[in-house]
Amino acid sequence: MSDRTNERLSVFKTYKLYVGGKFPRSESGRVYEVTDPKGKWLANAPQSSRKDARDAVVAARKAFGGWSGATAYNRGQVLYRVAEMLEGRRDQFTREVADAEGLSKSKAAAVVDATIDRWVWYAGWTDKIAQVVGGGNPVAGPYFNLSSPEPTGVVAVLAPQESSFLGLVSVVAPVIATGNTAVVIASEKAPLPALSLGEVLATSDVPGGVVNVLSGRTAEIAAPLASHQDVNAIDLAGADEVLAKELEIAAADNLKRVLRPQPVDYALTPGTDRLTAFLETKTVWHPTGSLGASGSAY
Amino acid sequence: MASAFEYAPAPESRSVVDIAPSYGLFIDGEFTEAADGKVFKTVSPSTEEVLSEIAQAGEADVDRAVKAARKAFEKWSALPGSERAKYLFRIARIIQERSRELAVLETLDNGKPIKETRDADLPLVAAHFFYYAGWADKLGHAGFGADPRPLGVAGQVIPWNFPLLMLAWKIAPALATGNTVVLKPAETTPLSALFFADVCRQAGLPRGVVNILPGYGDAGAALVAHPDVNKVAFTGSTAVGKEIARTVAGSHKKLTLELGGKGANIVFDDAPIDQAVEGIVNGIFFNQGQVCCAGSRLLVQESVQEELLDSLKRRLSTLRLGDPLDKNTDIGAINSEEQLSRITSLVERGEAEGAERWSPACELPEAGYWFAPTLFTNVTQAHTVARDEIFGPVLSVLTFRTPDEAVAKANNTPYGLSAGIWTEKGSRILAVANKLRAGVVWSNTFNKFDPTSPFGGYKESGFGREGGRHGLEAYLDV
Repeated sequence: MSDRTNERLSVFKTYKLYVGGKFPRSESGRVYEVTDPKGKWLANAPQSSRKDARDAVVAARKAFGGWSGATAYNRGQVLYRVAEMLEGRRDQFTREVADAEGLSKSKAAAVVDATIDRWVWYAGWTDKIAQVVGGGNPVAGPYFNLSSPEPTGVVAVLAPQESSFLGLVSVVAPVIATGNTAVVIASEKAPLPALSLGEVLATSDVPGGVVNVLSGRTAEIAAPLASHQDVNAIDLAGADEVLAKELEIAAADNLKRVLRPQPVDYALTPGTDRLTAFLETKTVWHPTGSLGASGSAY
Repeated sequence: MASAFEYAPAPESRSVVDIAPSYGLFIDGEFTEAADGKVFKTVSPSTEEVLSEIAQAGEADVDRAVKAARKAFEKWSALPGSERAKYLFRIARIIQERSRELAVLETLDNGKPIKETRDADLPLVAAHFFYYAGWADKLGHAGFGADPRPLGVAGQVIPWNFPLLMLAWKIAPALATGNTVVLKPAETTPLSALFFADVCRQAGLPRGVVNILPGYGDAGAALVAHPDVNKVAFTGSTAVGKEIARTVAGSHKKLTLELGGKGANIVFDDAPIDQAVEGIVNGIFFNQGQVCCAGSRLLVQESVQEELLDSLKRRLSTLRLGDPLDKNTDIGAINSEEQLSRITSLVERGEAEGAERWSPACELPEAGYWFAPTLFTNVTQAHTVARDEIFGPVLSVLTFRTPDEAVAKANNTPYGLSAGIWTEKGSRILAVANKLRAGVVWSNTFNKFDPTSPFGGYKESGFGREGGRHGLEAYLDV
């Protein structure tokens, strides 16, 4: 009997949002119960409000200049550092993914491995995408011009609902690999791996505000993001058909770039779609010779 | 200022173009009346002369045209790329052969100077068809996968400022990638699109691959909303672009939008002033300023403001406004009465808000729609003339002291289409170009276009790119 009284009581974790490099509770003071697929209580997750969403946009905008202005090589280093941190927490994420998605330990471990590899894959893209989708154009005239991809800005990301970790990373990594900053809404019923990802980002070299993670009701948080005038794009991966249409209509107000939800097998190696969806193309022209009155001479 | 030289009239002959008294809609390879028999008139903006009576497309016509395009899609998309390429090469060649006729036609219907239709529009139109013709059998190499597929029927709505050029930007990539097309030209400039239908006929293009539906906004709206259209491409105002984005929301239609702009033309103190002045003039007075990427905000470094403005005013005094068919005309007519009144009211607002208005001595013709080249100085960022797209020959001048201030002011707009940089310092060009949120940045030049080069906007100037390899993406299922 004395054994039982001496059994160690585990320490629960208070899951918090990740906004601007900090871990606030929801300003609304609300939480909601997160359970595993069998209904077992796992934790209380913050239930973010509109105000939390707006605060996250402010943080993401503030971080955009520095992150988009960093060299692609530097961004690649930072992203790779995240993969290192993830690898170190492999067991934690395996537990969390197993709980969140009702997977066996070995299946959850395979998902976590795939997720870490996915992150590494995107880390390697930062300094290659410009060469693949940009380049010089053979202009018919005495001009040099160059088309280069540039990040579109602050991207609202509705993470996939079913794939709480692999799906999450598959939609977040491409957004920031290309220099955007992100406001991410975690899977509504399985938000815990996403909130833990925030802890990983905070302890890697990703500047605060580059990724902001909110948990709560997807529709409630997404609405103010879709209509927000300082959000430049929205990935609707985690929206159902009805919500996606509503959000796309709201997004038209400032002509956000919209990535519509589509069936995706996150286990497969992705293409470049999610990278290019949040890139602009800038074409810069310059005369190459003496153009008399209409341009600069050499 | 009295001109040192007087020019003798040098009108281009309009006898090279034969405009019929009436035209139908072009559906499934035939000209046909509108289902409800409606017609409208197109006039020459420089004389108000009625040029022709045009069938006005309505919802039933849109449906008929989409059906024709759908039917044609099956065979057209199944053609080997090399065969589609040959049709496009034929079209390009026929446009070159008929370029004088088409240039005169465009000038008559649009009001823009023959100098511009002849030397800018038509060569670019042909070049676009040539460029995309060559892509038709090389799509597997374009970076969108080994065998990218067309989308289906493309519904395309184009504006009146570059009627034939916008048609080329839309139709050439659509056909090269294997889509079929229903295109609605603007109601004030339907003629060159109808002549293009004849080019398609001469090229032997299969029926239904290209359908042309002249009409008003209601026809455009019906086309955009048609359930059997797979791709929507629009060039025009930001307000209409937003409406279209709402219309296609929740559908599977792929959308690209080329919308408004309020381009900043930034002149640094070390810029070659004479060349900058030419670039500024070209940036805002080309096509009477009716250009989405016009450099309508001049940002000049304070230390050279006086010198630059003196030079600019002197140059503006030499611009010749008048008969668009005259080969020496620099500034033609405003495209329509409606556009003229929009320009007029925005300029009046600029004056009322306290900006200082200046125009060179300039006689305006009696008939037609005309607006003298206009400068506003003492403009602040809050002024309407610094914020709203005027789409006319009106330049707002603002000043700055440091490169950072120039960038901040240039980016202080919901638009993000174009910008210009004038400086002899290469590092400054590159640094400033990096920071500008605009899809096209011209350094030490302005308003240059080329089919190989992607064009399109950031922010509320729309999304998607036209031209170049990038332009293919809008018409492929990728």
